Amino acid sequence: MTEGSAGQGGGGLAVGATVRRGGFTLTVAFEVPRGQVLGVLGPNGAGKTTLLRALAGLTPVAGGRITLDGQVVDDASTGAFVDAARRPAGYVFQDYRLFPHLSVAENVAFSPRARGLGKAAARSAARYWLGRLSLADLAGRKPAELSGGQAQRVALARALAGEPALLLLDEPLSALDARTRLDVQAELRQHLADFAGPCLLVTHDPLEALVLADRLLVLEDGRIVQDGTPAQVARQPATEYVAKLVGLNLYAGRADGPAVTLGAGGSFVVPGHGQHGDVLVAVRPSAVVVGTQPPQATSARNVWPAEVTGLTMLADRVRLDLDGRPPALADVTAAAVAELSLRPGRQVWLSVKATDLEVYTRDHGL
Amino acid sequence: MQVDIIGEPRPSRLSSRDRARRAARGGGSPRSVPAPLLVPAIIAVAFLVLPLAGLVVRAPWGRLGSALSGSDAAQALVLSLWTATVATGVCVVIGVPLAWVLARTTFPGQRLLRALVTLPLVLPPVVGGVALLLAFGRTGFIGRYLDSWFGLTIPFSPLAVVMAETFVAMPFLIITVEGALRSADQGFEEAAATLGASRMTVFRRITVPLIAPSLGAGAVLCWARALGEFGATITFAGSFPGRTETMPIAVYYALENDPDAAIALSLVLLLVSVVVLASLRDRWLRGAVQ
Repeated sequence: MTEGSAGQGGGGLAVGATVRRGGFTLTVAFEVPRGQVLGVLGPNGAGKTTLLRALAGLTPVAGGRITLDGQVVDDASTGAFVDAARRPAGYVFQDYRLFPHLSVAENVAFSPRARGLGKAAARSAARYWLGRLSLADLAGRKPAELSGGQAQRVALARALAGEPALLLLDEPLSALDARTRLDVQAELRQHLADFAGPCLLVTHDPLEALVLADRLLVLEDGRIVQDGTPAQVARQPATEYVAKLVGLNLYAGRADGPAVTLGAGGSFVVPGHGQHGDVLVAVRPSAVVVGTQPPQATSARNVWPAEVTGLTMLADRVRLDLDGRPPALADVTAAAVAELSLRPGRQVWLSVKATDLEVYTRDHGL
Repeated sequence: MQVDIIGEPRPSRLSSRDRARRAARGGGSPRSVPAPLLVPAIIAVAFLVLPLAGLVVRAPWGRLGSALSGSDAAQALVLSLWTATVATGVCVVIGVPLAWVLARTTFPGQRLLRALVTLPLVLPPVVGGVALLLAFGRTGFIGRYLDSWFGLTIPFSPLAVVMAETFVAMPFLIITVEGALRSADQGFEEAAATLGASRMTVFRRITVPLIAPSLGAGAVLCWARALGEFGATITFAGSFPGRTETMPIAVYYALENDPDAAIALSLVLLLVSVVVLASLRDRWLRGAVQ
């Protein structure tokens, strides 16, 4: 598939490949230029790790090919394959996989040594990377004596010390607690910015993807469902999964003039959206206004009844699950919950201003 | 009608020590062992420990020195120690690669090979000795050529002792190491590969260090088995004092002429075994179990 599109750019990574692992099949085609951080977002089992394994040479592709900086590293049709040990890819594993019997310095020196440097040269390369990632004080420690954030940095230093042309990070922050994650995230952003080659960062945390990535690729069930900038993905999610991640209500429907008939029931009126046929409509939960009476004088064009089915406390507000035509998520203040006595089973009226409805074609970003 | 299944919750006594112990173990079960488990357990301990205690009690403590010097004890002990050590070394050098092949690759006939390799575990050692003799004896199908081409005669030499011990002890090492390789986290090996390490470098710098505790345990088991080897050794190597008469063989012959010397020799073997086990147990056996 897409043999033509892969490997034309020269610099960077070009992938047009099918990867099979167990009974699972992943089919993707995309390119990552040098210096770009591509966030790979997707639910569990979407094929994110399978993709990284194929790029690292741990799982050969079943079809298509992968080129890195113009060089074919895996091609199922010709049989060309550069195995993991000779592929210039740095891989930061989700569980880091620091060698428990080696010190931090020996872990970081491992790749330069394995790639042919002498002992002294490997040691000085390790010293350089330990310094770059502020790990010099930990050089003599064993991995078991590191905190989560430190282990993450050592794993990154170890991958970078091999001077890879491609950097792969598999959920680099998921093993950390929430507090550490924020600190490490800021550091990681800096180090990724310094990396010259293409970089793929797998995550299922949308915030991490938004903060760290220049571009997002959303995988679901082994295929790409969206490819775009973080802003595009956050504003106009292509699937329910992405919408949920970025916290939006998302409706599929058909546009006919200003009216959009929704697949989930109900309809919206959005003057001047300019789309036709199959569209998606996204709306922020905070833009959904909740009242106990049908609103009388309001500028909102879209009003419908609904029943409260659930309440979830968020940081500074309460998220309501609402069943209606269409169903919706709405964010209200805790005070509003008390004043309107919102509880499961309560009948309410929802309204949304047309200007808060984002209407876009369904195949956006692909 | 209601049946009272539980009955009155009549309290039993729980001392403050037991309370503290149970609390420390996070609740858990009482410490006392049910009698159907306790009695067989005590019988098992008695069966294993009493004969050894008998050995210690019956030992001619007064004339231990003369009993030992009267026999060829020192010679036999030295021979036993060095042959067992060399045999263990051979087992490590050729057994670890075989364990790796069995654990990390698949090929036709692998199950059969695994069964063959572990056969010496269940084979009577005497049969092993006969087999070695038929293969490497002066007229054996291999020994014949060793003899006529190189003038090398293996049977009834210290080399034969080492070979007999290696034959019998190697499965202990292979089984232990293969198990460790199977349960080892191959994620580390993958990580090493992505860092540019060749398969041999991965084996040397990652695989072997990570299974070191099991390798140590396997080597100790192997050494202990080699030290105690009797049947295959006496069949293939004979019992020439100072050349092929190892400690177990010396004990066996001493028992006929000089029971006191046999006991003294047994004590020495017991002591060596206990010292080795005790000194290695904490470091290696425990690591292998966990």
